Amino acid sequence: MTITPKTNRKPKVAVYKFSSCDGCQLSILNLEDELLDLASAVDIAFFLEATRTVKPGPYDVGIVEGSVTTPYEAERIKEVRDECKYLISLGTCATAGGIQALRNFAKADDYAKAVYAHPEFLHYLETSTPISAHVPVDLEIWGCPVNKGTVVEVLAALLQSRRPNFPPSPVCLECKRRGIVCVVVAQGIPCLGPVVHGGCGALCPANGRGCYGCFGPSSAGNFSGLVANMIPHDRYPNETANLLRSFSSHAPAFRAAADTALKAARGKETK
Amino acid sequence: MNTIEVPALARVEGEGGLYIGVKDGQVIEIRLDIYEPPRFFEGFLVGRYLQEVPDITARICGICPVAYQMSSITALEKALDVEVSPQVYALRRLMYCGEYIESHALHIYLLQAPDLLGQPSALDLAAIAPEVVKNALRMKKIGNEVLKAIGGRSVHPVNACVGGFYRWPEAVSLKALLPELEWGLGAAKETVRWSLNLPYPELEIDYKFVAIHHPEEYGVIKGEVWSSKGSKISAAEFEMSYIEEHVQRSNALHGHTVDGGTYLVGPLARLNLNNAQLFPEAQKALKDASLKLPLKNPYKSLIARAIELVHFYEEAITLIKAYNPSGPAHVGLKLKAGEGCGMSEAPRGLLYHRYKIDENGIVKFAKITPPTAQNLPRIEADLYAMAPQLVEMPQEQATLTAEHLVRSYDPCISCATHFLKLKIENRK
Repeated sequence: MTITPKTNRKPKVAVYKFSSCDGCQLSILNLEDELLDLASAVDIAFFLEATRTVKPGPYDVGIVEGSVTTPYEAERIKEVRDECKYLISLGTCATAGGIQALRNFAKADDYAKAVYAHPEFLHYLETSTPISAHVPVDLEIWGCPVNKGTVVEVLAALLQSRRPNFPPSPVCLECKRRGIVCVVVAQGIPCLGPVVHGGCGALCPANGRGCYGCFGPSSAGNFSGLVANMIPHDRYPNETANLLRSFSSHAPAFRAAADTALKAARGKETK
Repeated sequence: MNTIEVPALARVEGEGGLYIGVKDGQVIEIRLDIYEPPRFFEGFLVGRYLQEVPDITARICGICPVAYQMSSITALEKALDVEVSPQVYALRRLMYCGEYIESHALHIYLLQAPDLLGQPSALDLAAIAPEVVKNALRMKKIGNEVLKAIGGRSVHPVNACVGGFYRWPEAVSLKALLPELEWGLGAAKETVRWSLNLPYPELEIDYKFVAIHHPEEYGVIKGEVWSSKGSKISAAEFEMSYIEEHVQRSNALHGHTVDGGTYLVGPLARLNLNNAQLFPEAQKALKDASLKLPLKNPYKSLIARAIELVHFYEEAITLIKAYNPSGPAHVGLKLKAGEGCGMSEAPRGLLYHRYKIDENGIVKFAKITPPTAQNLPRIEADLYAMAPQLVEMPQEQATLTAEHLVRSYDPCISCATHFLKLKIENRK
C-alpha cells in the first residue's frame, strides 16, 4: 500500500480524537527528535491538539485515537473513514475499546448514575468499541500508550511504500531478550507477558511487576495455559481475571480468558 | 465583533467548543461546551483492588498521568495509615518534576506561545523561528526522560504503587540526565526572560487563588489547601469547602466554594501563594522579572509556568544529585477497611481524590475532582470580564483572544469529563 500521492505534493495526514486520554496523540508530540522532520515530510492537515489550521480533506492518512462510546462518535467515524485513504487505529482505545470498555461488562447506566447527578442528560452508548467494529481499518497500532517508535516506523514505512516492521513476539520474549529475571518463576507474581503483544520492551517485568496487558493479545498466546498457570499465583481475589479485564478487556482473546479465570475462581469458592 | 462560534478548540487537551453570543453589540451568552465523552472512571474503579487504582486513574489523562497516580496513591495510603520513607517521598517529588517539565514546556511553547506570536501552531512557528521550537522540544524531552528513567515510559509510567515504587530506578540512568537538566535549567531561565516581553492581552481579575501549601517545600504532594482569602484546610476537609454543582446551562458539574463563589487553581495560584518556597534560582528569576504579585492576568500564567520550570529543573537536579536509595522501595500493606483523601498539584491545578475501601482492599467508592472542573466557572467568568474588550475587536482578533484565554488555562478536558455532561447537539 502506498500513500505517496502521484503528484509531488506531500501526503496529507489527519489526526482524530475519539474517547481517550490524549496520551497516544501526545506520543506524536513527544517525538521531540523527529517531530520537525515529520512535519516537513508530511502535510499535517488536521491535528487539533497541535494546530488551529484545518485543511479540508480528503486525507491520504487518517490516524484515530480513542474508542467509539457515543452515538455521535458512531456517526463521525464513518465520515472519517470516507475522508481518509488509509486509516490507522492508534492505541488500545482505538484497537480494543480501552479502559472505558469496562462498561461492556456492566450496565453503563449504573456507572452514569454513580458518577453524574443527572444521567438523563448524557448521551452515551452501552459499550465502548474499537474503530474496527464500525469501519474497515487498514492498520492497528496497539499500546496504552503506543510506543512512539512504532508510530515513526509506521509513518516511515508508509512513506517508503513498504510493510511496517512490527515486533512479532510477545512481551515474554522481549523480557527474555533483556535478560530480566522472570517475575512469575522467581517471585510468583502473575504476569500476562506470555500472551501479550510485544512492543513496550517488557516495561513491567523490568520494574519488578507483572505485565498488565496494555499492548493487547498476542496472536501466538496460549490463553488457557496462561489462565490455568497464573490463577494459583493470585495474591488477591481475581487478580489474573482483573489483569485480563483492564486496558484491553474487550479484545476477544482477553474476554474469553477473563471469563475462564472468573469461572475457575467461582469453582474454587464453591469447593 | 459578532457572535463567536469555535466548534472545536485547538491546542487544548481533549475536546471542547466555545460559544459567545452577541446581540446588538452586547455579549448575551458565553458557553464553554464540553463534548468530550464521559468515560465513567469513578464507576468502574468500584470493585477493583486498591493496587490497580493508580494504573487505572493514570488513564484519565495522558498529559498528567503522574498527578492521577500520586493523588490516588496518597489517598489510598491515607486509608491504610501508610507512611512512606523520605527516600520514596523524594522519588515521588522527582517524578513530579519530570511531569511538570514536560507538561509546562509543552504548554508554554506548543500550546500557548503560538497565540502570542501570531502563529496557528508551533510547527508554523518552527518555520520562522526554528531554534525556539528546537529548544522547546529539547526542554520537554528532558522531562519525559526523567519519567522514563523512573517509570519506564513518560505516558502512563509503570513504577509507582501504593506504598512506594515497585523498584528503585537505577541511579546511573538518573545521574546520566544531569547534563541535560543543567542545560534545561539555563533554557528555563531564558524562557522566563523571553516570557516577560510577550504581548499579553490586558485583563486583571481579583481571583480567589487556591493551592496546596507547605511551609518547607513548593506545595505539590503534601501540605494544606490554602486560599488567597486566608482559609487553610486539610485534604480531609476539602469537600466541606469546595463542592461541585450540576449547572445545566453549561451542562457541566462546576467547582464552587461552599458560599457559591468561583476560585482559581493552577500555576498563578501556586506562584502567588507559594513563591517563598521556590528554589533559589527560581526565586532569583522571579525577583529579576520585577513582577507585581499577586499576578492576576490569566494570560500571564505562562510566566508563572516559566518560573515553575526553573524551579522544577532545579529541584530535579538537587534530587538526582542526592539520590542514593537504600532499603525497600515500598512498604508492605496491612489491609483494613477505611477511607482516605489525597491531593496533589497537577501542572494545571489541584487534583483531589477520595476512596473508600473494604477489609480486602477492594474499592467501594471513588471520587475524583480534577483541576479543570474547578476552573471551568472561572474560565467563563473571565470571558465575561473580557467581553467589553472583545466586542470592540474585529471578528478574527476577538475569536483568537477568546480562544487564547481558554488555552492559557491549560484546560485538560479529558480529565474534567467524568464530571461534564456530553454536549453534541450544537455540533451538527
